[in-house]
This record gives sequence, C-alpha cells and structure tokens, in this order.
Amino acid sequence: MSSVTDSQWPVWEVFVQTKSGMPHKHCGSVHAPDKEIALQNARDVYTRRSEGTNIWVVPANAITASSPEDIGPFFDPSNDKPYRHPTFYEIPEGVKYM
Amino acid sequence: MPAMSETSHTKALFEILLRLGDNSLVLGHRLSEWCSKGPILEEDLALANISLDCIGQARLLLTYAGETEGKGRSEDDLAYGRLSADYRNALLVEMPNGDFGVTIARQLYYTVFADLLYSALRQSTDAQLAGIAAKAHKEIQYHLRHCTEWTLRLGDGTEESNRRIQKGFDELWAYTGDLFATTEADTQLVQAGIIPDVAALQAAWKTQIENILSQATLTLPQGTWMQKGSRQGIHTEHLSYLLGEMQSLTRAYPGASW
Amino acid sequence: MENTIQLEELFDAKLERGEFIEPKDWMPEKYRKTLIRQISQHAHSEVIGMQPEGNWITRAPSLRRKAVLLAKVQDEGGHGLYLYSACETLGISRDEVIQQLQSGKAKYSSIFNYPTLTWADMGAIGWLVDGAAIMNQVMLQRTSYGPYSRAMVRICKEESFHQRQGYEIMCVLAKGSPEQKAMAQDALNRWWWPTLMMFGPKDAESSNSAESIKWKIKRETNDELRQKFVDRTVPQAEHLGLTVPDKDLKWNAERNSYDFGEIDWEEFWNVVQGNGPCNKVRIENHVRAHEEGKWVREAAAAYAAKKAKAAQVQVA
Repeated sequence: MSSVTDSQWPVWEVFVQTKSGMPHKHCGSVHAPDKEIALQNARDVYTRRSEGTNIWVVPANAITASSPEDIGPFFDPSNDKPYRHPTFYEIPEGVKYM
Repeated sequence: MPAMSETSHTKALFEILLRLGDNSLVLGHRLSEWCSKGPILEEDLALANISLDCIGQARLLLTYAGETEGKGRSEDDLAYGRLSADYRNALLVEMPNGDFGVTIARQLYYTVFADLLYSALRQSTDAQLAGIAAKAHKEIQYHLRHCTEWTLRLGDGTEESNRRIQKGFDELWAYTGDLFATTEADTQLVQAGIIPDVAALQAAWKTQIENILSQATLTLPQGTWMQKGSRQGIHTEHLSYLLGEMQSLTRAYPGASW
Repeated sequence: MENTIQLEELFDAKLERGEFIEPKDWMPEKYRKTLIRQISQHAHSEVIGMQPEGNWITRAPSLRRKAVLLAKVQDEGGHGLYLYSACETLGISRDEVIQQLQSGKAKYSSIFNYPTLTWADMGAIGWLVDGAAIMNQVMLQRTSYGPYSRAMVRICKEESFHQRQGYEIMCVLAKGSPEQKAMAQDALNRWWWPTLMMFGPKDAESSNSAESIKWKIKRETNDELRQKFVDRTVPQAEHLGLTVPDKDLKWNAERNSYDFGEIDWEEFWNVVQGNGPCNKVRIENHVRAHEEGKWVREAAAAYAAKKAKAAQVQVA
C-alpha cells in the first residue's frame, strides 16, 4: 500500500487481447491491492461484453513513458530513412513474387 | 404401470429443477442488493457480474422446470407466482447480505457446493440439464475464484476483517447442512443418472472449505446442529420479505405484461 | 513567461490542427482544471446515477427486465470507473475526487436528485435521461483530451442499449392496461423538464461554455444540444401515444425545429444548490457505502503488504 490516507488502492493499467493472435491493447485502468485482484477487476470491468481472450495488468508506476519533448529526437530521425520501406527500391517490370 | 412412473419421474425432475433454479434466483437477487453499495467501485461491478450469472442460470433452469411440469408455466410464472412455501432454494442463499464478510462467507459455502454439484451435473443423462450445467459450471468456477481470494484477504487481512468474516462463517454454519438434504426425488433421479447424490458431496465440500479457511487463518465452525426445512418449503423468515419485494409489481397488477 | 506564451501557442496550434492533447503534453492550467472539473463531475454523475435505477432492480417485474436493469446499472458504474481513470491521468487521485463529491465540493448531474417512484421511471430514465446523455457523449467522443475521448468512445459503444431498453419499457407500458399507460404518462410528465435541464444553463448564462468550446472540450453548446434533443424526442413520444407536458411545444416550419416552453430555472438552480428531493439521500448513501467498505479495503491492502513482505524475505 503506497499511502495509508488513500482509500482507493494503487492504480494498474489494463491491456486486453481481444482475439488470439492480436496484440494486447491498452484499454484503461483499475484500482487493486495486488495482482490477483487487479486481474479479476480488469476482467470484471473491461471484458463485460466478451471482449477478451487474455489480460495483462501492470502497476501504473512501473510504466516508463517517453516525454512530449522527446518527440523530435526520438521520432524525427526515422523520417529520412526511406530505404527502410519497400517502395524505395526499383524492381524491373515482370519480376514477380517480390 | 409405466404411465405412473413417468408421472413421478416428471414430478421428481420438476422438484429438482426448482431447487436448482431457486438457488440461483434467490442468490442472484441477494447479490443484486449490493448494487451501488460495494466496498469499492471495482467490487461493485464484480458482484453485479456474479449476480447476472446467477439470474441467467435461474432463467434457464426455471424455463426448463416449466417445460418439464407441462402446465405452460414460464420462468416468470414460476419466479413471480409462487410464495415462499413453494420455493425450494436452500436456506443458506436466502440469508441476508449482512456486511461484506457475511456475503463472502455465504458465497464460499454455497459456491464450493455449487462447484461440486454442477461439475457432476455436466455428466447428467438428461441432455438439457447437462447443457445448462456445462455453461453454469464455467461461471461458478470464476465465482469460486472470486470468493476464495476474498476469504484469504479478509481472513488474513486485519484483525477487524478476520473477526468479521469469522463471524460470517460461524453464523451461517448451521444453514449449510440443508444444502445436502435429500428427498424421494433425489433417490429417483440419482438412479436414473440425472443428478449426483448430493449427500455424498458433503465430505468433499467440508474438506475443501476447511482447506480454504485454514489458509485464510480462519477456523471451521464445529457445531453439529443444522437448520433444515427448505426441501419441504419451510424457510427462514427472510425469504417471504425477499419475495414480497421481488413480486410487489406483478402482484399489484395481476395479468399485466412488462 | 515568454516560454509559457510559446507553449500556449503550440498548444493552440495543436488544437487547431485537430490533434489530441495527451497526459504528458503541456497544457494551460485552466484547461487542466476545467477538464478535471468536467470529467470528475461526469464520473460522479454515472456513479450517483446508479442509485435511482438501482432502486428498482429488486422489484423488476420479470427476470429479463431484472437482468437488463442490473446490467445497465452496472454499466453506469463501469462508465464512472472509465471516467475516473481518465481524470486520474490529469494528476488527481480518485481518492481526492471522491472526497470532493462527498464533501459537496464537486457536483454531479442534477437529474439524479429526482426520485424514481414507479417502474415506468425505469423506462423514462432510459429513454429520456440516457437519450439526453448520449447527445452529450457522442459529441464528447471528439473532445480534445485524448484519455477523455477514448473513454467516451468506449462508453458510447456500451450505452447504445441503454436508451433502447428504456424505450422498450415505455412501449410495453403505453400498449398495456389503462393503469400502465397512465404510469407511463406520469413518468414522462415528471422526467421531461428535468431532462431538458440536463443540458445546463442557457448559452448566454453558462460561465464555462465559451471556453470549453474554444478548447474543443465541448463541440456544441448547451442550447444546440437541447434543441437537437427536443427535435428527436417529440416524435418518439408521439409514437408512444404519450403527451409531452409542454403547452408551448409546437413545430416551427421556418426553423425546421420545435419551439418549446421556458424551463423553470428557479427549480434548476435550487436542485443544483442542493435543494432537490434526493440530493441529501444520494450523498448519504454514497458516504455510507464508502465508510462501510473501509475495513474491506484496509484488509485487502494489509494482506497485500504482508504478502509483499513475505516475498521479500524469501528473496533475501
């Protein structure tokens, strides 16, 4: 328990996989005292309409996020590397399966 | 006299289906009373989910009971048209919610029982009942996980929570024997492979309860005197209040549809 | 100071381009405060809104209605939860916003301070109150704050059955016995005006409206939404054969809309200020459940702490 004065238990982020083969997707958060209850709460809150095949719960304070200020240095450098995309290359006409 | 035995078979099946359906209905109703009163928002939703499962089970079972009886009674005729003397649910499920500890204690006593019963009912020679049981058993497995986890937390949480949930288990103990009471209908249907012998489930039930309680640092109550009567329609005082509330509209406007 | 001005320009430009604001983005303090106020108020409304309908779960007149109503009221709780989650991304804890609700510092939708007196009220609430809420919520799916918008998308998807189940209840009653039809009309009479009040004060008198529009928190004004609601709902009432309790209601061909009577604003402000029929009891119930649940929450926290400590000892 992080703080005695807070009556609502710690926050857990919830990720639900909607179909096998699909990636888990963030859908919100729940409050829970521990991981088992976090899992049950996530199930009861976020899969009431059979939306799930699997659930991840992660303590919210265990997630590290990049900052908005990082947007330039993090993501712009990949803008000038068109050679990472297949359309960058010229293939002679008539060549198949490539 | 084959005609005679068919009638008595039908009557026996009707009685058992009422017993199963009424258990789900009355427990579902009790759990729905928690709505907006849970200890935290997440738990409010959890209790509502369990209640909805129970009401869903009741609808299937009572519909099948009506079909079996063959007098054209629907799930609602059976739920809203009978008084407490005709209800066949176990005494345990009609007991009031009390605090969250009492509710969890009631939930554990009943759900361990339901888990054993429905697990066996999946093998019923009655295909329709086996089908309902297969669906219900999955739900019950989740209910069991829910109340087991809560029993552990309340039992081994704080002094206060230990005292409260122990009190719940103690007070409800005398109502657990009634879960395993049998009638002539049981004898008939057990022979036909339609239901398991509920009396024979009691030993496994007790062992499982004892295990969970000891893990939760709680004590299994030792009393041997058990309340009884549900099989004959003799209930606690609580059931008629519950039904009075549940049936208030349909009784005020007889014959109306909603 | 210059920095703030620059940041504010960037923020405005982002809104202008129709981009979403995310939790870690810079935002004007007033934007954050407005959002916290609005989202928490919205969450409280969902949670307090469980009570008037919760009232009738144990008396629902068929098992189907009972299951539907419980599922619906449970959804309201879920929606409150999604919204509290969104609110928490703005740096305020759920504990704190709940305290604001219980102390009376935070408001919730006044509609839930009216009592539910008959079964027909379950129909009227689904049809009218959820109908009005949906107009607001559909708009809020495009609100500028990302977590709020995402919560609203999820809520709108789930709410779609709420209004239908209410209207279905009204249909059955309106076609039922004379007593049932009278019950339906009585519910419409009592819920019509409070529902129109749900859209808030007139634009001219709404202190927060203009700013919320500027920041794209809201996309349509109170009066616009209210008009849209009346235009959609009056034909639905006619279909039921029920009478909307407004003698000034009439079709205006020129405006292609209904003209309608004046809302009793004195009643509106009184209910907002706490004088509604149920303000007190709604908050008392919330506080009672919260206090009665205290030992449960503490027990679970204590258990988690014990287990965590035991795991540490094992590692060491």
